[in-house]
Amino acid sequence: MKIAVCVKQVPDSWAEKKMVNGVLDRESVDAVLNDLDEYAVEEALRIAEAHGGNEEGGAHTVTVISMGPERATEAVRKALSMGANDAILVTDSKLAGADALATSAVLAAVIEKGGFDLVVCGTESTDARMSVVPAMLAERLNAAQLTFASKVEVDPAAQKVSITRVTEAGVEEMNAQFPCVISVVEKINEPRYPSFKGIMAAKKKVIENRDLAAVGVAVDSAWSLVADSSPRPPRAAGIKVTDDNAAEQMVSFLAEKKLI
Amino acid sequence: MSNVLILADFVSSKATKTNAELATLGARIGEVTAVVLAPAGKGAAMAAEINKGPVSKVVVVESDAFVNNGVAAVADVLSQIIASQSPAAVLVASHAFGKEVAARTAVKSGSGIITDAVDVAADVTATQLVFGGSTTVHSKVSHGTPIITVRPNSIDAQTDAATPAVETLSLQVSDSSKKATVTSTQPPVQGGRPELTEANIVVSGGRGTNGDFSAVEGFADSLGAAVGASRAATDAGWYPHSYQVGQTGKSVSPQLYVACGISGAIQHRAGMQTSKTIVVINKDPEAPLFEIADFGVVGDLFAVLPKATEGVKARKS
Repeated sequence: MKIAVCVKQVPDSWAEKKMVNGVLDRESVDAVLNDLDEYAVEEALRIAEAHGGNEEGGAHTVTVISMGPERATEAVRKALSMGANDAILVTDSKLAGADALATSAVLAAVIEKGGFDLVVCGTESTDARMSVVPAMLAERLNAAQLTFASKVEVDPAAQKVSITRVTEAGVEEMNAQFPCVISVVEKINEPRYPSFKGIMAAKKKVIENRDLAAVGVAVDSAWSLVADSSPRPPRAAGIKVTDDNAAEQMVSFLAEKKLI
Repeated sequence: MSNVLILADFVSSKATKTNAELATLGARIGEVTAVVLAPAGKGAAMAAEINKGPVSKVVVVESDAFVNNGVAAVADVLSQIIASQSPAAVLVASHAFGKEVAARTAVKSGSGIITDAVDVAADVTATQLVFGGSTTVHSKVSHGTPIITVRPNSIDAQTDAATPAVETLSLQVSDSSKKATVTSTQPPVQGGRPELTEANIVVSGGRGTNGDFSAVEGFADSLGAAVGASRAATDAGWYPHSYQVGQTGKSVSPQLYVACGISGAIQHRAGMQTSKTIVVINKDPEAPLFEIADFGVVGDLFAVLPKATEGVKARKS
């Protein structure tokens, strides 16, 4: 199986984020591998390992695919140190401020060129939080969409994937033939910590850098534009009570606010 | 006058109250047509559920693919309707399903997309709250048909009774939208409580419950509220994962959010800090969530909640 895992480098979720000229200021904050993507890397590795592994020269490969500035190399390297085989990083100054549509177009072009059976993604990035790229990839790649999976089973011989997914509609079982785009929720697994051996091995693994010309996708400006952004006034703390009839005071507060 | 499409939102064939919210926003832009995508034989019944808010027209398409093939089939037909009606905007409920439908529809129709809007103006400018609610952003789609997903509960909906004209369209779901198949569905167990993202009031429990949600549920029921849980509580297996409120769970913005025994990690705040009124109950006076509480109670939730439950019941009776 050829498995692609899409990852994104994001600002650390604890960092204070701000907008500059209508886009997120990424320069001033620490950047990390989107933690929801670690579950995707882990699941891709487990799918390969369940069927003989992704050792050099074996039947299965796990390729990390990412789009971002040069420093996204660190996030990609982390995925490699977990055990992925190789990586492709698309970096181009024209992609600064790219929206989900452009991102999915670039990722889809890279994936299509490489050929793949499965694409594994996290459910969302912790910065933009749109949760739309996996669905867009499925649409662009004309592949089956199996998203929000809490359990994935792959039968490589039958080229079939079965998942359990949990959404507001309840618990669903779904299946599809290869090729598939899968997104995984965080409770699906416990991502491994890169071992020392893994970290050393990752230094030798190939990260291929491509620009937009190499990818073969033209990206114009984003298809949705920010007119303005402003910090909201921080919520001020209100009343705080500690005494014995706190419960009654709370109920009175709710009644005053017409919430009862 | 321009036309606006809203994708009618259903849970188990029942229309949700989000439809009136989408219609209210849509009516600022133009005449609202609700798109009802129903399994075979259910179209008329589901169309009849669209009976509130400023909806001028309902178009119905029936296909079992909407149930069996999910997002891809819905996006396929919605895109066909967009192509034939050239609406000024398309509004969709902002939950996992709605966002994925919007995503595929945007790709198919070559349109820009904005997700998680909390308001949409007459000129189709969308308002979003980003970075965990700390920043307000106004944006506009600049290409194609604006496809905007709107968070439930964000606006006061116009809910006057409506009797829109119903038209049935004969459209086909293409085979390329039937690649993934749903083989079984178990609807969520609501236990008579409202759906989390739609509820006017949410009462959530965290680490402080120590796994006992009875006091939280009791208080929620006295208020007719939905029950939520922090990631600590769902990770511990104390409450189902689908009730998790937070960055990686659901985002809610009810009229009232009551956090019980939740310290308030950024993870949790990101999912609830746009709630209109926030009440926090925690034993630890230093719990960070008190910083954003309109009303804070420093105390043991197992002592406070039963008394408060009695208090609410007394006022309601």
